[in-house]
Amino acid sequence: MTELALAVPAAPAALAPRRRFRLMRRLVGHRSFQIGLVLLVLLTFAAILAPLTGIDPSSMKVRLRFRPPSQAFPFGTDGFGRDVLTRVLYGARVSLWIGFVVALLSGVIGALIGVLAAQFRSLDALLMRIMDGLMSFPAILLALGITAALGPRMESVIIALTVAYLPAGARLVRASALVVRELDYVLAARIAGASPLRIMLRHILPNSVSPLLVHMTFVFAYSILAEAALSFLGVGVQPPTASWGNIIAEGRDYATEAWWVMLFPGLAISLAALGLNLLGDGLRDVLDPRLKGPG
Amino acid sequence: MAAPLVSLDDVTVQFRTDRGWTTAVDGISFDIAERDCVGVVGESGSGKSVTALSLLRLHARGTSRFPRGQVRFGGQDLLTAPERDLRRIRGRDIAMVFQDPMSSLNPVLTVCDQISETLRLHQGLDRATARRRAIELLDLVRIPDAARRVDDYPHRLSGGMRQRVMIAIAIACRPRLLIADEPTTALDVTIQAQILELLRELRTELGMAVMLISHDLGVIAEFADRVIVMYAGRVVEDAPVDALFRSPRHPYTEGLMASMPALEGGITRLYAIPGRIPDPDEAIAGCRFGPRCRHAEAICRVAVPELLAIEGRHRVRCAPRTRATGGL
Amino acid sequence: MEALVQVRDLDMAFPAGSARGQPVLLHVLHKLSFDIGPGETLGLVGESGSGKSTTGRILVGLTEPTGGSVKLFGRSITGPGRRASLAAVRARLQFVFQDPHAALDPRLRVGHSIAEPIDIAGTHSRRERNDRVRELLELVGLPRDSADRFPHEFSGGQRQRIVIARALALAPDFVVCDEPVSALDVSMQAQIINLLMDLQQRMGLSYLFIAHDLAVVRAVAQRVAVMYAGTIVESARREALYAQPQHPYTRALLDAVPRPDPGRARPPVVGGEVPSLLAPPAGCRFHTRCPHVMARCRSEVPLLRETAPGRQTACHLLDGAPPA
Repeated sequence: MTELALAVPAAPAALAPRRRFRLMRRLVGHRSFQIGLVLLVLLTFAAILAPLTGIDPSSMKVRLRFRPPSQAFPFGTDGFGRDVLTRVLYGARVSLWIGFVVALLSGVIGALIGVLAAQFRSLDALLMRIMDGLMSFPAILLALGITAALGPRMESVIIALTVAYLPAGARLVRASALVVRELDYVLAARIAGASPLRIMLRHILPNSVSPLLVHMTFVFAYSILAEAALSFLGVGVQPPTASWGNIIAEGRDYATEAWWVMLFPGLAISLAALGLNLLGDGLRDVLDPRLKGPG
Repeated sequence: MAAPLVSLDDVTVQFRTDRGWTTAVDGISFDIAERDCVGVVGESGSGKSVTALSLLRLHARGTSRFPRGQVRFGGQDLLTAPERDLRRIRGRDIAMVFQDPMSSLNPVLTVCDQISETLRLHQGLDRATARRRAIELLDLVRIPDAARRVDDYPHRLSGGMRQRVMIAIAIACRPRLLIADEPTTALDVTIQAQILELLRELRTELGMAVMLISHDLGVIAEFADRVIVMYAGRVVEDAPVDALFRSPRHPYTEGLMASMPALEGGITRLYAIPGRIPDPDEAIAGCRFGPRCRHAEAICRVAVPELLAIEGRHRVRCAPRTRATGGL
Repeated sequence: MEALVQVRDLDMAFPAGSARGQPVLLHVLHKLSFDIGPGETLGLVGESGSGKSTTGRILVGLTEPTGGSVKLFGRSITGPGRRASLAAVRARLQFVFQDPHAALDPRLRVGHSIAEPIDIAGTHSRRERNDRVRELLELVGLPRDSADRFPHEFSGGQRQRIVIARALALAPDFVVCDEPVSALDVSMQAQIINLLMDLQQRMGLSYLFIAHDLAVVRAVAQRVAVMYAGTIVESARREALYAQPQHPYTRALLDAVPRPDPGRARPPVVGGEVPSLLAPPAGCRFHTRCPHVMARCRSEVPLLRETAPGRQTACHLLDGAPPA
């Protein structure tokens, strides 16, 4: 390879000014992303710091049943005399955890299925028909069926929601992977003799996941709502473990007398969903090239 | 000389980016007379398309602004005119043809629907009259079998045919100025020749002024009467077409011509302008072409040169080249 | 002179749906033959739909032709044994793409993109590989520290230099350049053309240079083949082709190119459009647009035959009569 030691006389071309971390900067500067992030960070901290209230979320003091919000119990107490603030904070741990894990699992598995279907065309028909099958049931019914079969535990809620939200993610990744696999840099790798697996992992997967990232924030929010719905229907996380859904479910019979039992976990759910949606909007604006401004 | 049809005076356009407002076009001034044919040539980032869009104020709202300058047309400043007045001018007095004939037509409407839209909007024609007029227009842009083609959807037409339809829409209301932004860039070379021929014929038939924007010096040479060369957001040279191609005065124009491979004559190594086109937000003191210029002097790195006349209607923005004449 | 690349009777048809139960085929290439010698550049010009890009893809093994043969460095990459032959010649074969924005993975640092062929071949140690990347950057005229940057930090012309560096990573003998400068600004075009010429001289590369721009092809290719609707209509040495085109299509193409000469008398414009490849016209494929069309052209396919030493044209006008 001696012939390559020769230098071309042309002076090295000057480079444009550095443009690193453009994405990060756009993201951090994005208004709705900021608000969403702040909301989520606050909720997460609240969940982590739940023990600071110094109250056992399951300790029942029948004497203190249905106390309205006051200095001692800012969110009031429920039918068993438990502190609603403490239960909402502990519930955040369960609800946010379920949302996070479902988003992560359905995202990762969905990405793998999608990219496999796009890269190995022989698998495509099979994988996509399975996804179509799952998609043809309403997500909440599917989840209801799975939790009913597996027993009402947190793990089954997670499995159920993951299965329910998996197909959408897989379809999303497959669609963008089908575009990416025809791009010139993938052809360049094929010309150089790269194996399909290498192309999939090195080029197609990293370049197909940005729509999925946005999707995952929405799945996070849907999962929190779906967990609440499942718990409300009695197949979700079982008492005495607190989740936002089952606090509301327990409060529903006394909704007129003790409105605070349902209001505060309801607010928490709305705040979390709002925060995640804002976060997702911000991510979409920054990641979607079609929405970028000129130059 | 009669008053010009359109007159751009110190037009400056800025866009919002992550790093604040960036000047895409900086102090553009030139006139377009009735029936004039002005070619605007430049590379990417030169601001040629941005300049054209400012004639119709078609930039995205909120992310663009005009800190100074005027576009005078029919006694009005188009940069400050109310949106309602602009809507009346767009398509009727000033029409535009874009580069990409694939995305400029709505795929779910027939050719007839799309041509009639303009006619019914600006001339208040009824459906039947608009249809008759649409067929006439397709004839005018030399689409064979117009009476049948008028009911086709865009996907049934080739790229060249679509561009003809776009031109038919543009000339539907007999505009006084047609802006053609790279109208043939997406087309094959033989189709490009057909479209340029058509534009030339229509221009004489309809007596309209044309502003042709292109990156291709060849297209400009064969089409324009007068050429404006833009570089990095500024006009660097403005001259009658013969004068410009016979004796280009700005070093950038010279370099551009020298770097074009030719179809005739000896085959030699191409001249390549060194360096690269600057980004719009890149700070360059003095002449923006200075860092790439073979003839740059000390003055070029300090003072922003002015666009000065050196000979008749030949204007150049180059300090060393205008010094001899001191500007006329 | 032994040809590095030998293409014979290449046919390519893509399935394009079906009509009335019959599969419809899109015949993009029809009986294409040409050679490329060591250190030589063959220019392939034509308009969209001429099949020039498909030809380039077949030559680097991205697409398998439906007929004919392709021999690279004496090994056949068509028919049985295609995979093994491709694996054997892969390192000597490279490709430069049209769009420098799509040709680089936006998430990989430039150094990784350039080294990709090396990494796949697995022939270099880590040290050698990194030294090689720096050597390649210098070779294409980019600063050495470019390796740690991302593609979006570079302009179009610079990205094309990176794409060229990647193509040269394993010191290939033959490079297919598919419209390598048509996405670039005029002032960048000249830089890249000069770079490709310098590299050819230094490394003895052979190029298949695919372009729609006749002037660009004239600047780089010693021999030029003109394609129309999937066939080669004329092939000749550059000087002969541009000075005296024989095929009416070559003539029309040359006439249609706008020149930077406002005083030029414009020749008449050829009408019509490229025919649909789903139902190509019988006889000569250009007969629907040809100003010199004869009865024979509508029925009989003209064969590409030698009209002068080193010069081939497929046109009935040249039968018997001395070349115009």
